[in-house]
Amino acid sequence: MLRCALFFSESAGIVFSATQLTCVRQDRILFEALDLRLAAGELLQIGGKNGAGKTSLLRILAGLTAPDEGELLWQGQPLHDSDFSRQLCYIGHLSGVQPQLTALENLAFWRAAFALKTADDFQLLALLGLAGLEDIPCQMLSAGQQRRVSLARLWLTSATLWILDEPFTALDQSAIAVLQQQFGQHLAKGGSIILTTHQPLSQHFPQARLLELVYRW
Amino acid sequence: MVIFRQAFLREWRLLARQKADWLNPMMFFILVLTLFPLGVGAKPNLLVEIAPGIIWIAALLSVLLATERLFKDDYRQGTLEQLVAAQQPLLPYVLAKMLSSWCSTALPLLLMSPLIALLLGLSMPSWQAVVLTLLLGTPLLNMLAVLGAALTLSADKGGILLALLILPLYIPLLIFASAAVENASMGLSYSAQLAVLAAMLCLALALVPLAVLKALKINVG
Repeated sequence: MLRCALFFSESAGIVFSATQLTCVRQDRILFEALDLRLAAGELLQIGGKNGAGKTSLLRILAGLTAPDEGELLWQGQPLHDSDFSRQLCYIGHLSGVQPQLTALENLAFWRAAFALKTADDFQLLALLGLAGLEDIPCQMLSAGQQRRVSLARLWLTSATLWILDEPFTALDQSAIAVLQQQFGQHLAKGGSIILTTHQPLSQHFPQARLLELVYRW
Repeated sequence: MVIFRQAFLREWRLLARQKADWLNPMMFFILVLTLFPLGVGAKPNLLVEIAPGIIWIAALLSVLLATERLFKDDYRQGTLEQLVAAQQPLLPYVLAKMLSSWCSTALPLLLMSPLIALLLGLSMPSWQAVVLTLLLGTPLLNMLAVLGAALTLSADKGGILLALLILPLYIPLLIFASAAVENASMGLSYSAQLAVLAAMLCLALALVPLAVLKALKINVG
Protein backbone atom coordinates (compact mmCIF):
# COMPACT_ATOMS: atom_id res chain seq x y z
CA MET A 1 0.00 0.00 0.00
CA LEU A 2 1.00 3.54 -0.47
CA ARG A 3 1.83 5.23 2.74
CA CYS A 4 2.20 8.91 2.32
CA ALA A 5 1.63 11.83 4.54
CA LEU A 6 -0.75 14.38 3.17
CA PHE A 7 0.39 17.88 3.72
CA PHE A 8 -1.82 20.82 4.26
CA SER A 9 0.25 23.89 4.78
CA GLU A 10 -1.50 27.21 4.46
CA SER A 11 -2.47 27.42 0.82
CA ALA A 12 -1.10 30.93 0.34
CA GLY A 13 2.53 29.83 0.09
CA ILE A 14 1.89 26.87 -2.18
CA VAL A 15 3.91 27.15 -5.38
CA PHE A 16 3.65 23.66 -6.76
CA SER A 17 0.94 21.11 -6.28
CA ALA A 18 0.03 17.72 -7.66
CA THR A 19 -3.38 16.14 -7.25
CA GLN A 20 -4.41 12.54 -7.66
CA LEU A 21 -1.27 11.43 -9.48
CA THR A 22 -1.24 7.88 -10.77
CA CYS A 23 1.64 6.19 -12.50
CA VAL A 24 1.49 2.76 -14.13
CA ARG A 25 4.60 0.99 -15.40
CA GLN A 26 4.42 -2.42 -17.07
CA ASP A 27 0.95 -3.13 -15.64
CA ARG A 28 2.18 -2.32 -12.14
CA ILE A 29 0.72 0.63 -10.31
CA LEU A 30 3.65 2.49 -8.79
CA PHE A 31 1.46 4.94 -6.95
CA GLU A 32 -2.06 6.19 -7.23
CA ALA A 33 -4.09 9.11 -5.96
CA LEU A 34 -0.94 10.82 -4.76
CA ASP A 35 -1.40 14.40 -3.61
CA LEU A 36 1.45 16.68 -2.77
CA ARG A 37 1.96 20.36 -2.22
CA LEU A 38 5.11 22.33 -2.00
CA ALA A 39 5.41 25.78 -0.50
CA ALA A 40 8.12 28.35 -1.09
CA GLY A 41 11.13 27.62 1.10
CA GLU A 42 10.23 23.97 1.51
CA LEU A 43 12.29 20.86 0.89
CA LEU A 44 10.55 17.63 0.02
CA GLN A 45 12.57 14.47 0.31
CA ILE A 46 11.17 11.43 -1.48
CA GLY A 47 12.25 8.12 -0.04
CA GLY A 48 11.45 4.53 -0.79
CA LYS A 49 12.97 1.26 -1.85
CA ASN A 50 14.54 0.65 -5.26
CA GLY A 51 11.76 0.32 -7.78
CA ALA A 52 9.20 2.11 -5.62
CA GLY A 53 8.77 4.77 -8.30
CA LYS A 54 10.87 7.67 -7.03
CA THR A 55 12.43 8.48 -10.38
CA SER A 56 9.12 8.03 -12.19
CA LEU A 57 7.52 10.46 -9.77
CA LEU A 58 10.31 13.02 -10.26
CA ARG A 59 10.05 12.75 -14.04
CA ILE A 60 6.32 13.37 -13.81
CA LEU A 61 6.86 16.32 -11.49
CA ALA A 62 9.47 17.76 -13.87
CA GLY A 63 6.96 17.58 -16.73
CA LEU A 64 9.01 15.04 -18.70
CA THR A 65 6.40 12.28 -18.57
CA ALA A 66 2.69 12.79 -18.44
CA PRO A 67 1.06 11.10 -15.44
CA ASP A 68 -1.45 8.37 -16.23
CA GLU A 69 -3.91 10.32 -14.16
CA GLY A 70 -3.80 13.49 -12.16
CA GLU A 71 -2.88 17.09 -12.56
CA LEU A 72 0.09 19.33 -11.84
CA LEU A 73 -0.20 22.99 -11.03
CA TRP A 74 2.56 25.57 -10.90
CA GLN A 75 1.44 28.70 -9.04
CA GLY A 76 -2.14 27.68 -9.62
CA GLN A 77 -1.78 27.16 -13.37
CA PRO A 78 -1.29 24.01 -15.43
CA LEU A 79 2.39 23.48 -16.24
CA HIS A 80 2.10 24.20 -19.95
CA ASP A 81 0.42 27.55 -19.43
CA SER A 82 2.92 28.75 -16.87
CA ASP A 83 6.58 29.68 -16.83
CA PHE A 84 7.28 26.38 -15.05
CA SER A 85 10.02 25.21 -17.43
CA ARG A 86 11.96 28.43 -16.84
CA GLN A 87 11.57 28.19 -13.08
CA LEU A 88 12.74 24.59 -12.99
CA CYS A 89 16.23 23.20 -12.56
CA TYR A 90 16.05 19.47 -13.19
CA ILE A 91 19.06 17.21 -12.74
CA GLY A 92 18.18 13.56 -13.18
CA HIS A 93 20.19 10.56 -12.14
CA LEU A 94 22.05 11.00 -15.43
CA SER A 95 24.31 13.95 -14.85
CA GLY A 96 24.18 15.55 -18.29
CA VAL A 97 27.95 16.03 -18.28
CA GLN A 98 29.42 15.53 -21.75
CA PRO A 99 32.55 13.43 -21.06
CA GLN A 100 34.57 14.68 -24.04
CA LEU A 101 34.23 18.27 -22.93
CA THR A 102 35.96 19.97 -20.03
CA ALA A 103 34.14 21.24 -16.96
CA LEU A 104 34.42 24.81 -18.25
CA GLU A 105 33.05 23.89 -21.69
CA ASN A 106 30.16 22.01 -20.12
CA LEU A 107 29.38 25.04 -17.97
CA ALA A 108 29.56 27.35 -20.98
CA PHE A 109 26.92 25.32 -22.79
CA TRP A 110 24.66 25.09 -19.73
CA ARG A 111 25.03 28.82 -19.13
CA ALA A 112 23.50 29.53 -22.52
CA ALA A 113 20.98 26.69 -22.52
CA PHE A 114 19.66 27.07 -18.99
CA ALA A 115 20.11 30.85 -18.65
CA LEU A 116 22.61 30.58 -15.81
CA LYS A 117 24.15 33.59 -14.11
CA THR A 118 27.61 34.71 -15.10
CA ALA A 119 30.10 34.08 -12.38
CA ASP A 120 33.71 33.16 -11.92
CA ASP A 121 33.65 29.53 -13.01
CA PHE A 122 37.14 28.89 -11.67
CA GLN A 123 36.13 30.05 -8.22
CA LEU A 124 32.97 27.96 -8.29
CA LEU A 125 34.77 24.81 -9.42
CA ALA A 126 37.39 25.41 -6.72
CA LEU A 127 34.59 25.60 -4.15
CA LEU A 128 33.46 22.21 -5.39
CA GLY A 129 36.96 20.80 -4.98
CA LEU A 130 37.77 20.79 -8.69
CA ALA A 131 40.60 23.32 -8.66
CA GLY A 132 43.15 22.43 -11.31
CA LEU A 133 40.74 20.11 -13.11
CA GLU A 134 38.81 22.81 -14.95
CA ASP A 135 40.19 22.17 -18.40
CA ILE A 136 40.66 18.47 -18.71
CA PRO A 137 37.95 16.38 -20.38
CA CYS A 138 35.37 15.22 -17.85
CA GLN A 139 35.87 11.58 -18.82
CA MET A 140 39.20 11.74 -16.98
CA LEU A 141 37.39 12.70 -13.77
CA SER A 142 36.01 10.25 -11.24
CA ALA A 143 32.27 9.61 -10.94
CA GLY A 144 32.04 11.84 -7.88
CA GLN A 145 33.93 14.65 -9.58
CA GLN A 146 31.66 14.43 -12.63
CA ARG A 147 28.68 14.66 -10.34
CA ARG A 148 30.20 17.80 -8.79
CA VAL A 149 30.55 19.34 -12.25
CA SER A 150 26.90 18.68 -12.97
CA LEU A 151 25.79 20.06 -9.59
CA ALA A 152 27.76 23.26 -10.20
CA ARG A 153 24.63 24.42 -12.03
CA LEU A 154 22.89 24.81 -8.69
CA TRP A 155 25.21 27.71 -7.79
CA LEU A 156 24.42 29.51 -11.04
CA THR A 157 20.75 28.92 -11.64
CA SER A 158 18.04 31.41 -10.84
CA ALA A 159 15.34 28.74 -11.00
CA THR A 160 13.07 28.59 -7.97
CA LEU A 161 12.24 24.89 -8.04
CA TRP A 162 15.00 22.33 -8.00
CA ILE A 163 14.17 18.73 -8.81
CA LEU A 164 17.15 16.50 -8.11
CA ASP A 165 17.30 12.74 -8.53
CA GLU A 166 19.83 11.19 -6.15
CA PRO A 167 22.09 14.26 -6.00
CA PHE A 168 24.37 12.68 -3.40
CA THR A 169 25.28 9.62 -5.48
CA ALA A 170 29.06 9.13 -5.60
CA LEU A 171 29.71 12.28 -3.56
CA ASP A 172 31.97 12.23 -0.50
CA GLN A 173 31.00 13.66 2.89
CA SER A 174 32.59 17.05 2.32
CA ALA A 175 30.86 17.53 -1.01
CA ILE A 176 27.53 16.50 0.52
CA ALA A 177 28.03 19.11 3.23
CA VAL A 178 28.81 21.85 0.68
CA LEU A 179 25.77 20.84 -1.35
CA GLN A 180 23.46 20.90 1.65
CA GLN A 181 24.74 24.34 2.54
CA GLN A 182 23.70 25.47 -0.92
CA PHE A 183 20.29 23.82 -0.37
CA GLY A 184 19.94 25.87 2.83
CA GLN A 185 20.69 29.12 1.01
CA HIS A 186 18.25 28.32 -1.77
CA LEU A 187 15.49 27.54 0.73
CA ALA A 188 16.26 30.69 2.72
CA LYS A 189 15.74 32.73 -0.45
CA GLY A 190 12.28 31.23 -0.85
CA GLY A 191 13.16 28.50 -3.33
CA SER A 192 11.89 24.93 -3.10
CA ILE A 193 13.59 21.59 -3.56
CA ILE A 194 12.30 18.13 -4.37
CA LEU A 195 14.90 15.40 -4.16
CA THR A 196 15.25 11.68 -3.80
CA THR A 197 17.92 10.15 -1.65
CA HIS A 198 18.48 7.04 0.38
CA GLN A 199 20.55 8.68 3.03
CA PRO A 200 19.05 11.00 5.67
CA LEU A 201 20.03 14.62 5.24
CA SER A 202 22.85 15.41 7.63
CA GLN A 203 21.97 19.06 7.91
CA HIS A 204 18.76 20.12 9.60
CA PHE A 205 16.33 22.00 7.40
CA PRO A 206 13.42 23.56 9.29
CA GLN A 207 10.97 23.10 6.44
CA ALA A 208 11.91 19.64 5.28
CA ARG A 209 9.39 16.88 4.82
CA LEU A 210 9.66 13.28 3.88
CA LEU A 211 7.43 11.45 1.45
CA GLU A 212 7.91 7.73 1.65
CA LEU A 213 6.86 5.75 -1.42
CA VAL A 214 6.11 2.14 -0.62
CA TYR A 215 6.96 -0.61 -3.07
CA ARG A 216 3.72 -2.11 -4.34
CA TRP A 217 3.13 -5.35 -6.16
CA MET B 1 20.63 32.99 -30.50
CA VAL B 2 23.14 32.70 -27.68
CA ILE B 3 21.95 29.15 -27.11
CA PHE B 4 22.34 28.35 -30.79
CA ARG B 5 25.88 29.73 -30.84
CA GLN B 6 26.94 27.84 -27.74
CA ALA B 7 25.32 24.61 -28.92
CA PHE B 8 27.05 24.97 -32.30
CA LEU B 9 30.38 25.64 -30.61
CA ARG B 10 29.84 22.56 -28.44
CA GLU B 11 29.19 20.41 -31.52
CA TRP B 12 32.42 21.58 -33.13
CA ARG B 13 34.41 20.85 -30.00
CA LEU B 14 32.93 17.37 -29.94
CA LEU B 15 33.69 16.82 -33.63
CA ALA B 16 37.26 17.94 -33.06
CA ARG B 17 37.62 15.37 -30.28
CA GLN B 18 35.75 12.51 -31.95
CA LYS B 19 37.22 12.55 -35.40
CA ALA B 20 35.84 9.14 -36.32
CA ASP B 21 32.32 10.60 -36.28
CA TRP B 22 32.92 12.61 -39.43
CA LEU B 23 35.96 10.87 -40.92
CA ASN B 24 34.31 7.45 -41.19
CA PRO B 25 31.39 8.54 -43.38
CA MET B 26 33.80 10.51 -45.56
CA MET B 27 36.08 7.51 -45.99
CA PHE B 28 33.03 5.40 -46.79
CA PHE B 29 32.02 7.83 -49.54
CA ILE B 30 35.48 7.82 -51.08
CA LEU B 31 35.83 4.05 -50.86
CA VAL B 32 32.51 3.35 -52.55
CA LEU B 33 33.31 5.76 -55.35
CA THR B 34 36.81 4.38 -55.94
CA LEU B 35 35.58 0.78 -55.98
CA PHE B 36 32.90 1.39 -58.60
CA PRO B 37 35.23 2.16 -61.53
CA LEU B 38 37.25 -0.93 -60.63
CA GLY B 39 34.15 -3.10 -60.43
CA VAL B 40 32.64 -1.86 -63.67
CA GLY B 41 35.83 -2.46 -65.60
CA ALA B 42 37.29 -0.60 -68.56
CA LYS B 43 34.01 0.83 -69.82
CA PRO B 44 34.30 4.62 -69.44
CA ASN B 45 31.04 5.27 -71.28
CA LEU B 46 29.03 3.04 -68.99
CA LEU B 47 30.69 4.64 -65.99
CA VAL B 48 29.73 8.15 -67.11
CA GLU B 49 26.18 6.94 -67.62
CA ILE B 50 25.77 5.52 -64.14
CA ALA B 51 27.94 8.09 -62.35
CA PRO B 52 25.11 10.37 -61.11
CA GLY B 53 23.33 7.45 -59.51
CA ILE B 54 26.52 6.21 -57.86
CA ILE B 55 27.45 9.59 -56.45
CA TRP B 56 23.99 10.14 -55.05
CA ILE B 57 23.64 6.70 -53.50
CA ALA B 58 27.06 6.98 -51.88
CA ALA B 59 26.25 10.45 -50.54
CA LEU B 60 22.92 9.25 -49.21
CA LEU B 61 24.37 6.27 -47.37
CA SER B 62 27.27 8.20 -45.91
CA VAL B 63 24.92 10.89 -44.57
CA LEU B 64 22.77 8.16 -43.04
CA LEU B 65 25.88 6.63 -41.49
CA ALA B 66 26.98 9.95 -40.03
CA THR B 67 23.69 10.99 -38.47
CA GLU B 68 22.74 7.73 -36.81
CA ARG B 69 24.57 8.56 -33.59
CA LEU B 70 23.71 12.25 -33.59
CA PHE B 71 21.59 12.36 -30.44
CA LYS B 72 22.77 9.10 -28.85
CA ASP B 73 25.43 10.53 -26.51
CA ASP B 74 23.28 13.36 -25.26
CA TYR B 75 20.46 10.91 -24.70
CA ARG B 76 22.60 8.49 -22.68
CA GLN B 77 24.24 11.20 -20.59
CA GLY B 78 21.00 12.92 -19.69
CA THR B 79 21.66 16.20 -21.49
CA LEU B 80 18.63 15.65 -23.65
CA GLU B 81 16.19 15.14 -20.78
CA GLN B 82 17.48 18.30 -19.12
CA LEU B 83 16.97 20.22 -22.36
CA VAL B 84 13.47 18.78 -22.77
CA ALA B 85 12.65 19.71 -19.18
CA ALA B 86 13.85 23.26 -19.82
CA GLN B 87 11.93 23.31 -23.16
CA GLN B 88 13.13 26.68 -24.39
CA PRO B 89 16.70 25.64 -25.39
CA LEU B 90 15.55 22.56 -27.31
CA LEU B 91 14.84 24.22 -30.67
CA PRO B 92 18.15 26.13 -30.93
CA TYR B 93 19.93 22.95 -29.86
CA VAL B 94 18.24 20.95 -32.63
CA LEU B 95 19.00 23.62 -35.24
CA ALA B 96 22.64 23.74 -34.15
CA LYS B 97 22.84 19.95 -34.40
CA MET B 98 21.40 20.05 -37.93
CA LEU B 99 23.70 22.77 -39.17
CA SER B 100 26.82 21.27 -37.65
CA SER B 101 26.05 17.79 -38.94
CA TRP B 102 25.50 19.18 -42.44
CA CYS B 103 28.79 21.09 -42.25
CA SER B 104 30.68 18.05 -41.03
CA THR B 105 29.27 15.43 -43.39
CA ALA B 106 27.85 17.02 -46.52
CA LEU B 107 30.27 19.89 -46.95
CA PRO B 108 33.32 17.59 -47.26
CA LEU B 109 31.44 15.65 -49.97
CA LEU B 110 30.88 18.88 -51.88
CA LEU B 111 34.53 19.83 -51.56
CA MET B 112 35.59 16.41 -52.82
CA SER B 113 33.26 16.51 -55.81
CA PRO B 114 35.90 17.74 -58.34
CA LEU B 115 38.03 14.74 -57.43
CA ILE B 116 35.05 12.43 -57.77
CA ALA B 117 34.17 13.92 -61.14
CA LEU B 118 37.69 13.23 -62.34
CA LEU B 119 37.53 9.69 -61.00
CA LEU B 120 34.27 8.87 -62.77
CA GLY B 121 35.15 10.73 -65.95
CA LEU B 122 32.37 13.31 -65.68
CA SER B 123 32.35 16.28 -68.03
CA MET B 124 32.44 19.86 -66.76
CA PRO B 125 28.69 20.54 -67.17
CA SER B 126 27.72 17.32 -65.39
CA TRP B 127 30.12 18.13 -62.56
CA GLN B 128 28.39 21.48 -62.20
CA ALA B 129 25.06 19.72 -62.05
CA VAL B 130 26.39 17.32 -59.42
CA VAL B 131 27.56 20.24 -57.28
CA LEU B 132 24.28 22.11 -57.64
CA THR B 133 22.13 19.08 -56.83
CA LEU B 134 24.35 18.19 -53.88
CA LEU B 135 24.12 21.75 -52.64
CA LEU B 136 20.32 21.64 -52.71
CA GLY B 137 19.91 17.97 -51.90
CA THR B 138 22.32 17.30 -49.05
CA PRO B 139 20.62 19.64 -46.56
CA LEU B 140 17.43 17.72 -47.28
CA LEU B 141 19.22 14.36 -46.95
CA ASN B 142 20.66 15.55 -43.71
CA MET B 143 17.44 16.87 -42.23
CA LEU B 144 15.54 13.67 -42.96
CA ALA B 145 18.37 11.62 -41.46
CA VAL B 146 18.29 13.80 -38.33
CA LEU B 147 14.56 13.20 -38.11
CA GLY B 148 15.15 9.47 -38.40
CA ALA B 149 17.86 9.62 -35.73
CA ALA B 150 15.48 11.44 -33.41
CA LEU B 151 12.70 8.92 -34.02
CA THR B 152 14.88 5.85 -33.44
CA LEU B 153 16.69 7.37 -30.47
CA SER B 154 15.46 5.03 -27.79
CA ALA B 155 15.67 1.93 -30.00
CA ASP B 156 18.82 0.08 -29.03
CA LYS B 157 20.10 -0.88 -32.45
CA GLY B 158 18.34 1.78 -34.44
CA GLY B 159 20.57 1.71 -37.53
CA ILE B 160 18.52 -0.59 -39.75
CA LEU B 161 15.27 0.85 -38.48
CA LEU B 162 16.54 4.31 -39.36
CA ALA B 163 17.39 3.18 -42.90
CA LEU B 164 13.99 1.53 -43.34
CA LEU B 165 12.23 4.60 -42.08
CA ILE B 166 14.12 7.21 -44.05
CA LEU B 167 15.17 5.60 -47.34
CA PRO B 168 11.67 5.71 -48.86
CA LEU B 169 11.62 9.46 -48.22
CA TYR B 170 14.86 9.78 -50.19
CA ILE B 171 13.45 8.26 -53.37
CA PRO B 172 11.98 11.47 -54.88
CA LEU B 173 15.20 13.30 -54.09
CA LEU B 174 17.24 10.57 -55.73
CA ILE B 175 15.09 10.57 -58.87
CA PHE B 176 15.20 14.32 -59.43
CA ALA B 177 18.88 14.72 -58.56
CA SER B 178 19.98 11.90 -60.89
CA ALA B 179 17.73 13.23 -63.64
CA ALA B 180 19.32 16.66 -63.32
CA VAL B 181 22.83 15.27 -63.69
CA GLU B 182 21.75 13.09 -66.59
CA ASN B 183 20.21 16.05 -68.41
CA ALA B 184 23.36 18.03 -67.83
CA SER B 185 25.51 15.28 -69.30
CA MET B 186 23.39 15.38 -72.45
CA GLY B 187 23.63 19.16 -72.61
CA LEU B 188 19.97 19.76 -71.75
CA SER B 189 18.54 22.24 -69.26
CA TYR B 190 17.97 20.91 -65.76
CA SER B 191 16.53 23.94 -64.02
CA ALA B 192 13.17 22.19 -63.58
CA GLN B 193 14.74 19.42 -61.51
CA LEU B 194 16.66 21.98 -59.46
CA ALA B 195 13.43 23.87 -58.80
CA VAL B 196 11.77 20.70 -57.53
CA LEU B 197 14.75 20.01 -55.27
CA ALA B 198 14.61 23.57 -53.95
CA ALA B 199 10.88 23.23 -53.27
CA MET B 200 11.43 19.99 -51.34
CA LEU B 201 14.19 21.68 -49.36
CA CYS B 202 11.94 24.61 -48.43
CA LEU B 203 9.21 22.26 -47.28
CA ALA B 204 11.67 20.29 -45.16
CA LEU B 205 13.20 23.45 -43.67
CA ALA B 206 9.79 24.50 -42.44
CA LEU B 207 8.56 21.17 -41.12
CA VAL B 208 11.45 18.92 -40.13
CA PRO B 209 12.77 20.91 -37.11
CA LEU B 210 9.31 20.78 -35.52
CA ALA B 211 9.01 17.06 -36.19
CA VAL B 212 12.47 16.47 -34.67
CA LEU B 213 11.46 18.45 -31.59
CA LYS B 214 8.36 16.37 -31.12
CA ALA B 215 10.25 13.10 -31.71
CA LEU B 216 12.85 13.99 -29.10
CA LYS B 217 10.16 14.86 -26.55
CA ILE B 218 8.40 11.56 -27.15
CA ASN B 219 11.62 9.58 -26.83
CA VAL B 220 12.70 11.30 -23.64
CA GLY B 221 9.26 11.25 -21.97
